[in-house]
Amino acid sequence: MSPQLEIQIIAVIVAIACSIPGVFLVLRKMAMMSDAITHTILLGIVVAFFMVHSFTSPLLIIGAAIVGVLTVYLVEVLNNTRLVSEDSAIGIVFPLLFSIAIIIISKYAGSVHLDIDTVLLGELAFAPFDRLKISGVDIGAKAIYSMGAILLLNLALVVLFFKELKIVTFDKGLAAVLGFSPALVHYGLMGAVSVTAVGAFEAVGSILVIAFMVGPPISAYLLTDDLKKMLVISGLIGAINGIFGYQFAAAFDVSIAGSMALMTGLTFLLVFILAPDRGMITIIRRRRFQKVDFAAKSMLFHIYNHEGDEDESLENGVKTIYNHLHWRKDFLDKIVRKLIDEKRIVIKDEVFKLTDGGRQYAIQSYEEIVSSFQTADL
Amino acid sequence: MEAIQNFLNDYTLQIVSLGSILLGMISGVLGSFAVLRKQSLLGDAISHAALPGIAAAFIITQTKNTEVLLIGALIAGLLATGLIIVIDKYSRIKFDSALGLVLSVFFGIGLVMLTYIQKIPNANQAGLDKFIFGQASTLLMRDIQLMIGIGTVLLILVVVFWKEFKIISFDPDFAQSLGFSVRKITFILSGMIVAAIIIGLQTVGVILMSAMLVAPGVAARQWTDKLGKMVVIAAFIGALSGVSGTLISSSIEKMPTGPSIVIVVSLFVLFSLAFAPNRGLVWKMIRDRKNRMELNEDKILMNLYSLAMNHDDRTHGHHITMIKPTKNRRGQATEQLKTAMRHLEAKGWARSDYFETWAITDEGIQYVESHPMKGGL
Repeated sequence: MSPQLEIQIIAVIVAIACSIPGVFLVLRKMAMMSDAITHTILLGIVVAFFMVHSFTSPLLIIGAAIVGVLTVYLVEVLNNTRLVSEDSAIGIVFPLLFSIAIIIISKYAGSVHLDIDTVLLGELAFAPFDRLKISGVDIGAKAIYSMGAILLLNLALVVLFFKELKIVTFDKGLAAVLGFSPALVHYGLMGAVSVTAVGAFEAVGSILVIAFMVGPPISAYLLTDDLKKMLVISGLIGAINGIFGYQFAAAFDVSIAGSMALMTGLTFLLVFILAPDRGMITIIRRRRFQKVDFAAKSMLFHIYNHEGDEDESLENGVKTIYNHLHWRKDFLDKIVRKLIDEKRIVIKDEVFKLTDGGRQYAIQSYEEIVSSFQTADL
Repeated sequence: MEAIQNFLNDYTLQIVSLGSILLGMISGVLGSFAVLRKQSLLGDAISHAALPGIAAAFIITQTKNTEVLLIGALIAGLLATGLIIVIDKYSRIKFDSALGLVLSVFFGIGLVMLTYIQKIPNANQAGLDKFIFGQASTLLMRDIQLMIGIGTVLLILVVVFWKEFKIISFDPDFAQSLGFSVRKITFILSGMIVAAIIIGLQTVGVILMSAMLVAPGVAARQWTDKLGKMVVIAAFIGALSGVSGTLISSSIEKMPTGPSIVIVVSLFVLFSLAFAPNRGLVWKMIRDRKNRMELNEDKILMNLYSLAMNHDDRTHGHHITMIKPTKNRRGQATEQLKTAMRHLEAKGWARSDYFETWAITDEGIQYVESHPMKGGL
């Protein structure tokens, strides 16, 4: 297998492996916890490294997972005092643990190969040089197997505990009532995040792990309401980011992980702007439509209310209605033009009058609004 | 003593200390607003997002001029903030997800640019990454002057916009209804927070800057409920952490400056959480225990009261096991109950009749009858 192909395979595996726990992080509004965990696992790696003096020991992953869960626990302890909000708690805990890790590294690791830059930035291009050999036979880059194992682990967890994850994510209270332990699922998920992060950091660096954990899931979140579909779509988007990221990096000879993050940003931007129901364009259009629609109805109600009043000529006067609606002049003109075009109102003797159609429309919309309030109350 | 002597002889150390003090003050003041607005992690996001700005500034100008790089960082930081706000506003994606995405994608773009810079022939790019990861010992007098300049401007702006910042920190809806332009004020405040972060990058680095922004504010919050006091205390804690962290790192071998400042400021947070008057956890624990005890004593007195009322002779003593029906396993009154009885006696509400037998006094009866919870706890 060529190194280029191997790198792309690793990139795709990393991206998919990250997107699986990422979906749940995003849905549980804990995206920034991934930021905290990806930084603090450094402490776990460092401590485990000094215990075994090896980079390949599985103890490193265990150490990282423990510190990852510890991070979440400490944040919760701080948050539970009710003296510190959750975001502040994260902002205090992770720099502290990270600082401790850096101090340990700079004090004791002068001669050992443990570079902060490596952890933070990672380098995918070197991954194919690290081969896995079984009894002397080269069977491929080691990262393919290590990340592949983590991907399988994440997949297995999601398939086995799909029901638990789903219910704990969307309705913690119900989960507790039904006898699922939200805490267990929560910490299990955090453990999976930590393990994934430590597996991925060598390839892409801890900061970009966040991009792969958050980016594809939030893109998928804008495309679907179905948890299963969201998992599949984020996996797909992750894989696309991995492949295109590599191609971009190869074409311009720049950082592979950085290019993957760049692609993550681009795919998100595309989805964010163009998504059919929840994209920015749709939302802006809908909000503008709602604003105009609401204003037109308000104006019809106003005219209807004062129809036949003594001061109708003032309340509904073409020159004076401005004082009663308090709208900007150009906005008022726009609404008036719209209503006249739709033949809902006419101007008679400098006073706005409802047409028959307009009156019917006003009554009908009024009833619709009132009944929607009533159903909302139920 | 040695540390002080070092300090007086070492010009670099003086510069670095001064820089850390300034940084601590500025980030303490602006961080207070970030903490109150629940945007603590904005600092983290922006300090990462500054990377492509720094790299782009270098690519365009080919200089490593601090001012130029800072302007690049500032622009990238503002862009990131704007994006986060737009994503938050125009989709159902939550603020923290937007933060995480922008942070990491910007950082990735920065990395792409850095690797591109490394290929430029003869580019004097060495040290750019130090700019990002922070290295306090490379601070120069010129950097300090820049810090003083920007810091002064920021502090003046805080004073000028005090009322506006205060109202949008606590109740943006109310601010809107009063006719303030919340969007404009938010933009100014965010811009100032970005500026504060950017000038801190050089001293403590990307990751630790978020602690400098959050921790002084959180610590100060525990000591007061007044915004004015909080900001002053935060500035003080920030400055103190800055200088003590720097001195610690200079007196211990191989101790990096940024992390040691973070450790100090975290200790301030822990101390404040534990011991700040009113809000402190230790005081709260003592208060809770006292409340529990008083509640318990009231309950006992009420039992004693109902025993007395159901007896022909009000002054008749009742055995301690009768007073509180909850006995321990051996049927004896617990030590806790005896202590409570002695407390009640000290208050004059009960008197001990003879061995382990107690009666309620007239004062005790009066107290129970005027008790708001009369009729049972």
